[in-house]
Amino acid sequence: MKLFEEANTLQNKQVKANKAAEQKVPAGLWIACPKCGYEIFHEDVGLFHECPQCFYGFRIKARERLTWLVDSFEELDSQLDTDDPLNFPGYQTKLTAAKQKTELNDSILTGIATISGQKCALAIMDPYFIMGSLGKITGEKLTRLFEKATKLSLPVIVFTASGGARMQEGINSLMQMVKVSNAVAAHSAKGLLYISVLTDPTTGGVTASFAMQGDLILAEPHAMIGFAGKRVIEQTIHQKIPDDLQSAETVLKNGFVDAIVKRHEQKKYLARLLKFHQGGGKTDVTE
Amino acid sequence: MSQNKTAAQIVAAARSEQKITTPELITNLFTDFFELHGDRVSADDAAIVGGLAYFEGRQVTVVATDKGKTPKQRVAKHFGSPEPAGYRKVLRLAKQAEKFGRPLLAFVNTAGAYPGRTAEERGQGEAIARCLLELGQIKVPFITIIFGEAGSGGALAMACGDRVYMLENSMYTVLSPEGFASILWKDSKRADEAAEVMQLTPTALLKQGAIEGVIAEDADHTKTLAAIRAVLRRELANLENEPLAELMAKRYERFRKF
Repeated sequence: MKLFEEANTLQNKQVKANKAAEQKVPAGLWIACPKCGYEIFHEDVGLFHECPQCFYGFRIKARERLTWLVDSFEELDSQLDTDDPLNFPGYQTKLTAAKQKTELNDSILTGIATISGQKCALAIMDPYFIMGSLGKITGEKLTRLFEKATKLSLPVIVFTASGGARMQEGINSLMQMVKVSNAVAAHSAKGLLYISVLTDPTTGGVTASFAMQGDLILAEPHAMIGFAGKRVIEQTIHQKIPDDLQSAETVLKNGFVDAIVKRHEQKKYLARLLKFHQGGGKTDVTE
Repeated sequence: MSQNKTAAQIVAAARSEQKITTPELITNLFTDFFELHGDRVSADDAAIVGGLAYFEGRQVTVVATDKGKTPKQRVAKHFGSPEPAGYRKVLRLAKQAEKFGRPLLAFVNTAGAYPGRTAEERGQGEAIARCLLELGQIKVPFITIIFGEAGSGGALAMACGDRVYMLENSMYTVLSPEGFASILWKDSKRADEAAEVMQLTPTALLKQGAIEGVIAEDADHTKTLAAIRAVLRRELANLENEPLAELMAKRYERFRKF
């Protein structure tokens, strides 16, 4: 027996009313910025998917970035497929889902682009492909891109977004770090420009290789940039670390990033930097 | 030989207290070791021991991770996990080796680069990235011996040269079996199971072409040392006969094949 009808209490009536209101606005129309907490109506993130208040760049798929970054893009190596070297349980299923979600063959999109009329080799990592992890094909596509750029004397721009090594590929993933680094070194030895743009998140083996090897290193506002994960650090040193330890702003202050560039200004600034380095590269590469 | 051991047994043996130590390797393989300190930027990381030495009468540069023996040493050395200053010291000594035309010999036994607040602030990622970019290009023979654990990028930074050999009871991984199990199955206690899946043993890595060979290990360390010495002697002779362009081309190919 109840003393009074529960649904008739003022409190529950209001809850009910609120619930109905929620139903009229389907989930996902309002987004909270994960960095500053600002509540954004979904259309206000705009073409660039950035927070209008703090300019944090939301995680976006590689193909979405293309839409506002390039004038033209000729994709390369879209047919390569990993051979699943460890025969890892469940990996194939994961790959299939990631491919569908991102319309990519692995965690990076590569090709030859023009940005405000200037030709460059362009790579964009996709955080929605197994957390942008560095697999064999990621490394292979990137290595081929650097090798092609070296041959054609083109500058390279790489947008990084990665949780680090792809553990499902074991030592093969680790070897990609050296493979890509060697290709970066060969490109650099020819006097060619390499710009890396660090987006949220750039961590682990990607930070410890090509992300930090750019002649110029740019970052998106509030992007998480680091080597070790926050939890691993806290377990090691047995104390809380500040939330902003690995923010782009802190990393810049510590001296590891050249500039922070808001997403809607990136095309303009990249074009300017490409133009500044035009005519670069040594014509004679003999030692 | 290791073929009879399970991966989990190899992990245990790689981390064993009986494992040959960095000071043992340096005193017994080399003569006239002269230790060099500091990265010339900010610090001297005790987790990395480096310096000048003779190997069978020829000048070499030696760099090694060191886990330490006493509790005090182990704290100072972060159990052999280098800070950015450690990697910068390695790179400095490697460039010095290149300048004077002597081979670089690296010895690795580390769970990985130190994951700490100051390590992040001083650019752990950048320090390793620079090793991969520049250490990988030094124009002298560069040989690495993994003698215990070799964890991830922190080990790779010192294993990006011409030859990598592993002692029979050692492991080389993309992350620790415990970390692997906790990410994959949310249960770090399944590390033994993870070790099997990961293919981290010297035999498995040799099959994948990640290393050049496995060095037999003995409870009697003098035998292990003799086996390491033989490998270094043979490989130094091989690499020193190689014309520079060929050495560099083969090094590129060593990693390009993956």
